[in-house]
Amino acid sequence: MATIRNRLILILVLIAASVWALFPRTVSVRELNKNGVWYDTTQTHVPLKKGLDLQGGMYLALEVDESKGAVANKAEAIDRALKVVRNRIDQFGVTEPDVRKVGNDRITVELPGVTDQQRAEQLVEKSAFLEFQITDKTGALDKVVPRIDQIIRAKGYDKAAGAVTTPGAAPSADTAKNAISSLFTPGDSNKAKSDTGKAKGAAAAKKDTGAAKSDTSDTGVFNGAANGPFSRLIQPGQMPGEYYVSNTDVPTVSRYLSYPDIAAALPPGKSLLWGTTADLGQGANATPLYVVDTKPIITGEYLTDAKPATDPIEGNIVQFTLNSEGGRRFRQETGKHVNDYMAIVLDGKVMGRPPIIESAIGTRGQITMRGQPLQQVQDLALVLRAGALPVPLKVVDSRTIGPTLGADSIRDGIKAGILGVALVLLIMIGYYRFSGLLAVVALGLYVLFTLALLAGLDATLTLPGIAGMVLSVGIAVDANVLIFERIREEMARGKTVRASIDEGFRHAMSAIIDSNVSTALTAAVLYWIGTGPVKGFAVTLICGIAASMVSAIFVVRTFYLLWLNRTRGARQLSI
Amino acid sequence: MLRILHDTKIDFIRLWKITTIVTLLFTVPGIIAIAISGYQYSVEFTGGTLMQVSFPKAPTIEDVRGSLDAAGIKGAEIQTFGSDTALVIRAQDPRSVAQQTRGAESVAGEITAALTKKYGPPPNFRVDRTEAVGPKVGAELRQKALYAILVSFLVTLLYLAWRFEWRFGLAAVIATAHDILGTLAFIKYLHLEISLIVVGGVLTMIGYSLNDTIIIFDRVREDLRKRRKESLYDTLNRGVNETLPRSVLTHSTTFACLVALALVGGEVIRPFALVMMFGVVTGTFSSIYVAPVVLLWIEHKWPRAVGERGGVGPRNMRETPPQGQRRRASGES
Repeated sequence: MATIRNRLILILVLIAASVWALFPRTVSVRELNKNGVWYDTTQTHVPLKKGLDLQGGMYLALEVDESKGAVANKAEAIDRALKVVRNRIDQFGVTEPDVRKVGNDRITVELPGVTDQQRAEQLVEKSAFLEFQITDKTGALDKVVPRIDQIIRAKGYDKAAGAVTTPGAAPSADTAKNAISSLFTPGDSNKAKSDTGKAKGAAAAKKDTGAAKSDTSDTGVFNGAANGPFSRLIQPGQMPGEYYVSNTDVPTVSRYLSYPDIAAALPPGKSLLWGTTADLGQGANATPLYVVDTKPIITGEYLTDAKPATDPIEGNIVQFTLNSEGGRRFRQETGKHVNDYMAIVLDGKVMGRPPIIESAIGTRGQITMRGQPLQQVQDLALVLRAGALPVPLKVVDSRTIGPTLGADSIRDGIKAGILGVALVLLIMIGYYRFSGLLAVVALGLYVLFTLALLAGLDATLTLPGIAGMVLSVGIAVDANVLIFERIREEMARGKTVRASIDEGFRHAMSAIIDSNVSTALTAAVLYWIGTGPVKGFAVTLICGIAASMVSAIFVVRTFYLLWLNRTRGARQLSI
Repeated sequence: MLRILHDTKIDFIRLWKITTIVTLLFTVPGIIAIAISGYQYSVEFTGGTLMQVSFPKAPTIEDVRGSLDAAGIKGAEIQTFGSDTALVIRAQDPRSVAQQTRGAESVAGEITAALTKKYGPPPNFRVDRTEAVGPKVGAELRQKALYAILVSFLVTLLYLAWRFEWRFGLAAVIATAHDILGTLAFIKYLHLEISLIVVGGVLTMIGYSLNDTIIIFDRVREDLRKRRKESLYDTLNRGVNETLPRSVLTHSTTFACLVALALVGGEVIRPFALVMMFGVVTGTFSSIYVAPVVLLWIEHKWPRAVGERGGVGPRNMRETPPQGQRRRASGES
C-alpha cells in the first residue's frame, strides 16, 4: 500500500512540476517601434522557445574577412568583434536575439522575427570605423602624377586594362570624361560653385568657396592638357586634395592604385580615399577621390553617442558626440588645422564633402548623408554608437525563414502529431484493450513530460523537433509493447496475473534499456553534427527517451499496482 | 485477447537464399546508380543559395527562369514546392558558389532583384525562405555529416561489444550496414536530395534498426541459456517468432506516426519521414533475415569451444547464472 501511495505521490509531483514548467508566463520585453523608440511591453506565452524555423527569423554565421589582408590574431579579434556585434544587435530592437561564438573563428547571430536580410547583414558586417583626416593642401598627388603615368606606361598596366575591359566600356568612359571636363569649363563654373555650396559637409564648419576656387585653379596644372594613362582619368575637384573620377573609370583607377609599385610612388604620409558617388549634373556621375593625411587626427573610439537627425538644409544627418578626452583632442587638433579641410572617413570611405575647419571644434559634429533614406541613417547612428568592428567580417552562412512559413510548419506539425497519436491510440487500444488504455494514458503523460523537459532545459523546439516528438510517440509505446507481450507470455504459462505482471516488467527491462540506449546514442551524435533545427530534433529525441522511460515503465506499473489492489485476486487481465 | 502472429513457428531462416536475392536485387542497382551519377546534395552541403518564393498567382517556371537568365543568374534550378504558387530556386552551380566566398548572401540579393524587376516588389511575390551557404561552411558540414555516420556506427559498435558477445555484435553490425546500404539505394531511387534532414533520417534509422536486432538477439541470448540442447538454428528461429508480435505492434505504431508526418507534416519533413519509413521496413527485414543468418554463419565459421555455450551473453551478466537457472526452472514448471 505504502509503495503505491509513494508512487502516486511521485507521479502527481511530476505532473505538477511539468504543468508548472509549461504554465504560460508573462514576460516583459523591450521592443523598438517604427519610429526607433524603445518601449517595454509584456507578452504572455508558454515558456517553450520556438526555433527560427517555427517563428520566422534569420540566422547568420560570420567569419573574419581576410580577402583584404591577413588578420594577425584572429581568435582575439573575433572576441572583440563578438562584443561589438552583440552590442549592435542589442540596439537593433529584436526580441531575444542570440549572438555567440562558435569554435574559434565564427560568430553566429540568431534574430527571431527579422526577415529583412540585407539590412541585418549590413548591420553586422559594417566595420563602422570612423576617422577624421585632414585633406592635402600641398598638391602632393599632382607632383607624382607624371611618375605614375610613367610607371603605368613602362609596365604596360594600361594595356592590361585594355585586355580586361570589355570593348563596349571604352567609349562610354570617354563620354563620361568629356562630360566632367565640360563641367569645369569657365562657362559652367558658377554652376559648379553652387553645387559645391549645396553639397557641403559637416555643419561644424563653413566652407569658403572662394578659397576652394582659387585652390582649384592653382592645382589644375594638367587640366585638359594631360593625357597620361592615369592623369587623363582624374580631374581636379573644387577644393584642395579633391579629384573626380568618372564612375566608369573607378575600377581602372582602383586597379592602378592597387599595384605595389604605384602605391610606393604615392606621396608619403598621404592616402587616397574614395568619396561617395556624386551626381554632377548633365548625366555625369563621378566619384570623388581625396588625398588625405594618412594619420587621422582622431578616430571614432572617443565617440559616446550618435543619433539620426534631419537638417532642413543638409537633409538626413548623423549627429555624434565625443567624450571629454576625445573632445579635448579634437579641439586641439582642429585648432592646429584652421582653414584646412577635414574628411570624415567611415570604413575607408569619405562621407560627404570634407568641410573646412573655421575654428577649433569641440565634442560635437555631424555626418551628412545626402539623399540616403532615414533607415540607413538610423542604422549608421546605431553602428557608430555600438562601436567599430576590430576586423572586417563577412557572412558565410545565412538562413531566413518567413513568418508565414513558420506558422505553416507549426500547423502541419500539430496536424501530423494529432493524426499520429490518433493512429497509435487506435492500434494500442484495439489490440491491448484495457492495458492499451493504460499505455495511452501513459502516452499522454509522456507528451507532457517531454514538453516540460524541453521547457526546463530551455531547449528550442524546431520543425524537425516536432517530427522527433511525433516519431517518438510511435517509439515510446515500444516499451509498453515489450512489457505487455511479456506479460501475455507469462500468463500463457499459467502464472497468476500479479506474478505475470511482475515477471513481464522484469524480463522486458533489459530489452527496453538496450533499445533506448542505442537510440539515445545516435541522437547524441546527431546533436553533435546538427545545426539549429537538427540539434532540436536530437534534443527532443533524447528528452523523449527519458520521458518515455518514466511514463511507460514507472507510470504504467503504478497503474497496474493500483488496479491489482482494487480487484484483489484478479484472474483475468485485459491485455 | 486479440492476438496477431501468436505462437508462430515459421522457419524464417530457411528462406535466407530468397531474401538474399531480394536484398541484392534491391541494393546493387541502387549502389551502381550512385556510383555512376552520385547524389544531388542540398545547398547546406554544396554551398550555394536556395530560395523558397511564393506568388499570389502561380507563375510559369519558364517566366521565372527567363527573369533570372536576364539578370545573369545562370544555372539556377527552379521547381515547384508543394503547391503551384510556391517555387524553390536553387543556385548551386560552381559560379554561384564561388561568388559566395565574397559573402554568402550576394546571390540571394541578385535573385530577389531579378524577381522584383519581373514581378514588382513584394507583395507581388514573397520570399519565404533563404538559405545562403558559403562553400567553406558547406565543406565543413559535409565532413561533419560523414563523421557523424561513422561515429554513430562506431559508438553503437562499442555498445554492442560491451553488451553482447562479439559474434552477436558482428552480426548486428552487418545487419545495420545492410540497412544503411539499402537506405542509400532507396534515397537514390526516390531522387531525394541529400540534406541534413535526410542524414538525420539515416542516423535515426541506424538507431531504430539496431534496436530491433538487439531485441531479437536479447531474446535469443535468453533462449540459449534456457534451452541448451536446442540447435542454434532453432533457437534463432524461436527468438524471431517469439518477438514477432512485438515487432508487428511497434513497427505499426512507428509506421503510423511516420505516415502521419509524410502526409500532413509538410514538405520540409517529408524526406525525413520517407527515409525513416523505409528504415522501419529494412530494419525489420534485416533483424529477421540478415542478423540471424549472419550470426549462424559466424557461429559456423568460428564455432564456440565446448562448454562455452552457457557463457553466451555480456561479460557483466556472467556472474548471474543462478538466476538464469531459476528462470528456466520456473518457465518449465
